[in-house]
Amino acid sequence: MAMTMTQKILAAHSGNEAVIAGELILADLDLVLGNDITSPVAIKEFRKLGKGNVFDRNKVTMIMDHFVPNKDIKAAEQCKLCRDFCMEQNVTHFYDVGEMGIEHALIPEKGLVTAGNAVIGADSHTCTYGALGAFSTGVGSTDMACGMATGKAWFKVPTAVKFDLTGKLTKYVSGKDIILHIIGKIGVDGALYRSMEFTGEGLDSLSMADRFCMANMAIEAGAKNGIFEVDKTTLQYIQDHNCLEPTIYKADDDAEYDKVINIDLSKIEPTVAFPHLPENTRTFSQIGEVKIDQVVIGSCTNGRLEDLIAAAEIMKGRKAAKNVRVIVIPATQNVYLEAMEMGLLRTFIEFGAVVSTPTCGPCLGGYMGILAAGERAVATTNRNFVGRMGHPESEVYLASPATAAASAITGRLTSPWEVAEL
Amino acid sequence: MKYTGNVIKYGDNVDTDVIIPARYLNTSDHKELASHCMEDLDKTFVSRVKHGDIITAGLNFGCGSSREHAPIAIKASGVSIVIAKSFARIFYRNAINIGLAIVECPVAVDGISEGDIVEVDLDNGIISNITTGDKYKTAPFPEFVQKIIKNGGLMQAIENDVF
Repeated sequence: MAMTMTQKILAAHSGNEAVIAGELILADLDLVLGNDITSPVAIKEFRKLGKGNVFDRNKVTMIMDHFVPNKDIKAAEQCKLCRDFCMEQNVTHFYDVGEMGIEHALIPEKGLVTAGNAVIGADSHTCTYGALGAFSTGVGSTDMACGMATGKAWFKVPTAVKFDLTGKLTKYVSGKDIILHIIGKIGVDGALYRSMEFTGEGLDSLSMADRFCMANMAIEAGAKNGIFEVDKTTLQYIQDHNCLEPTIYKADDDAEYDKVINIDLSKIEPTVAFPHLPENTRTFSQIGEVKIDQVVIGSCTNGRLEDLIAAAEIMKGRKAAKNVRVIVIPATQNVYLEAMEMGLLRTFIEFGAVVSTPTCGPCLGGYMGILAAGERAVATTNRNFVGRMGHPESEVYLASPATAAASAITGRLTSPWEVAEL
Repeated sequence: MKYTGNVIKYGDNVDTDVIIPARYLNTSDHKELASHCMEDLDKTFVSRVKHGDIITAGLNFGCGSSREHAPIAIKASGVSIVIAKSFARIFYRNAINIGLAIVECPVAVDGISEGDIVEVDLDNGIISNITTGDKYKTAPFPEFVQKIIKNGGLMQAIENDVF
């Protein structure tokens, strides 16, 4: 039976030789995660079972990242509930202020996930770890509670869409532009219930940061998961981050796909998703003058070191436009430290940006950069729904770190290609 | 399982940020979440929704975040069932897991108008528009999912050891 990468991982985790699309299975999990918003609901559900302990204290992780450092009393109460639970359960991987980072940047950095794993997380962007060749998907709090108690989750085996990547990206174009281009092409439900499998010789030129960013936004096309074929770049990352021993699953040559889409990376241009859906993408020949009030560079999509380097390269020696507020958020403490050692923080501050402790804050309109009615932000985040970053009449434009940095200089949506020529 | 109610109708891609904005996610209190349900899409929802009402919507209902607060807010606001052309997959799981009834039926969504009185018979897979007299057939849930629904949610199903 020919299988996709995802189907092979699900077969291996459900004790089956093979699985077929549409089949319902119970899979063993290698990691179950939650954050300060979703875990409190999961803990309440977990308590209902009256079951003493989590299935494996090394395979459950909680990361306080959405509203921390605590934004208000209620957020503080939610974090306290998580903290007390993890202490009671002796959860090894509990990350709070000082150690925490944005979960989907932190977990790979800490080596908690590896190729071939099956992971669920009560956060929709859990699909990020597909960049490492893992099956990884977002679920709700009740699934998290069930996973914490039993180490298992139920899945319908998905069909897949294959993205065959060829060519190489041009300067200032990154994984963000590729995934926005793809979502623009297939729509926000273009991969609904399916896997997005990324393969092809084009992978050679993609960094892990590009891949994490692309897998991260698979959910914005409705996908169950995004997954990359494992190559030498993946294995190097796994080695550098002391991940567990990888198991490599390659799709069978005759695996069935709902669709195969060819993407020539050399043709991808800086791309922006206009409000209020990630599928509303445009390239700069289709963009007129769009004035902006705020720029956010960070998030689980684009808060990695490579992202900060790309932004700093454009900002260096320049100044933010008057009346544009620029917020830079390194995704983890480690990224923060490396950015400091490389002098990137100086570049950001001299540019006129603020640099924040790691937090999801502004991405979901939580805190640390809320928009007023009528304001517009260019953000390297992942969603631009109505009210996503604040007032329901504000607007979010999704873009790469390079495009966000270029826009911060001019005060309007600007291609990094335009600024590079100045 | 039968549900009868007045229809409140929405369009495609109703996302979890408008179902329950993140600024209210510092609580998991069901009543408090319900008091902000649909706020950024339809400010009148909370004041006009009545116990048993039915939401109909277009494609990809519940897209975006994994927040279970979204189906919780809808359920706690009194809505009995959501009929959509399709659901985003995390929302679909969450609704089943917490015991909010949902059903996919594109033709019914096209045929039902705001304010119609509709009856949904999930066991027999029939949606009846009482106002117009039209009837629509729906596909039954897989047996596995029916077990979760009959047990009143995922945690209860585990507790009853049905898997």
